Amino acid sequence: MHDVLTDLLKQTPVILDGAWGTQLQARGLPPGECTDGWNLSHPGEVESVAREYVEAGSQIILTNTFGASRLMLNGHGLGDKAAEINRRGAEISKRAAGGRAKVFASMGPSGKLIMMGQTTEDELLEVFREQAAALAEGGADGLVIETMSDPQEAAIAVRAAKETGLPVAGCMVFDTGKNKDRTMMGTTPEQAAEALAEAGADIIGSNCGQGVSGFVAICQRLKAACGKPIWIKANAGIPEVVDGQVVYHTTPGEFASYAPQLKEAGASFLGGCCGTTPEFIRVLKQTVDSL
Amino acid sequence: MSEWNSLYDAILTGDDKTATAVTEEALEKGAEPLELVNQYMVPAMDEVGKRFEEEEYFIPEMLLSARAMERSLALIQPRLAASGAKPIGRVAIGTVKGDQHDIGKNLVRSMLQGGGFEVYDLGMDVPHEKFIEAIQEKDVNIVCLSTLLTTTMPSMKTIIDNIQQAGLRDRVKVMVGGAPITPEFADQIGADCYGDSAYSAVKLARNLISA
Repeated sequence: MHDVLTDLLKQTPVILDGAWGTQLQARGLPPGECTDGWNLSHPGEVESVAREYVEAGSQIILTNTFGASRLMLNGHGLGDKAAEINRRGAEISKRAAGGRAKVFASMGPSGKLIMMGQTTEDELLEVFREQAAALAEGGADGLVIETMSDPQEAAIAVRAAKETGLPVAGCMVFDTGKNKDRTMMGTTPEQAAEALAEAGADIIGSNCGQGVSGFVAICQRLKAACGKPIWIKANAGIPEVVDGQVVYHTTPGEFASYAPQLKEAGASFLGGCCGTTPEFIRVLKQTVDSL
Repeated sequence: MSEWNSLYDAILTGDDKTATAVTEEALEKGAEPLELVNQYMVPAMDEVGKRFEEEEYFIPEMLLSARAMERSLALIQPRLAASGAKPIGRVAIGTVKGDQHDIGKNLVRSMLQGGGFEVYDLGMDVPHEKFIEAIQEKDVNIVCLSTLLTTTMPSMKTIIDNIQQAGLRDRVKVMVGGAPITPEFADQIGADCYGDSAYSAVKLARNLISA
């Protein structure tokens, strides 16, 4: 196993961070503006989000690069800045971490479907390589492929990420079906774990898509299917809009109350996705410390 | 229904090459365009929807079937138009400003087209005013708004408010959908209905038109 991981896994679950997009919006990012572009235009604001998570107790923080693959950036006219945005994103998180936390840099889906001819395997490999290389250059300690629906795209991203030599987590989003245990493409946790492990992922996981209660069963199934360390980042429940603002009703305490079950289910990494804040991470850390 | 059952099968299995080949052959041999739509294509997409609800089909299967249906429909539509057949209604659809996730929106578009609607696809990341323009210029009856992101959910309310302010609210029905959207949210922002799948969108749109 990778040295970074051996070290981290001495005591589990390792505490991850929470959501970034909503934190940046609270700092003035207008809805619809390219979040990742803020690495260049508002690096101080991005760094303050990262620092808040470090201060809340995150042992691993991510980066503001979820949508920074060239294909996604093209939609904002920023495709040519892909390498710079990713490198800066990793640098910002590293600086905020200041040696107190590791940085696993975020890579999200391309938004294009291979099966519909919107992109190709070769093109995806190329754009994920570009992103992964820039994140590694910026100093990332690891890479995390997140919110993937298509196992084929996820596997390509994992392969591209592995070329950097950094440890790689591969995570998919289970948000479909009556039990919310399929990805949009119909993939089960077992199929996902197999595809990601085969592509070389060191950590297998799931993020987003549903509230924390649904993640216990998914965590168990991922663990049973691959035996790898499992990475879980749940949402803070279902979003609602109150007075024009998106709010989530799961409290930090409710969220953290699932930590014992998730640990029991095999989770080695625990954090939050949409709707979670530094306060969620603080309470999660307290809960995990008391286990 | 028997003669062009292979059209039904091709759409159900998402085989667009066979679907278009059979459609061409049927039209050459004098099949009624509307009959092809109503007897083979619509039932095939109904079955696709049923399989989706039963979790036998997922998005990939739906996308392939929708593509087969759209390509066949493209061959049939000129004949339908020539025969003076009118669409059931006109729809403008798009993902709201800031959202570049169009898989769901594209599926809903395909299903509505297959269901007999004329659809103006405004694309993704659509500026609010484009929806207003579509109502004014294309005389659409229904506006469909889609978003996958929670951060862009409030845009749906803004668009509905803008339609209201432009004095156009009683001319159109507004349907909303997308992963984070709930029926309660649709109510809160004053939408006319919420659709939880591309399949349900057709039934809902038909209900809205006849209401």
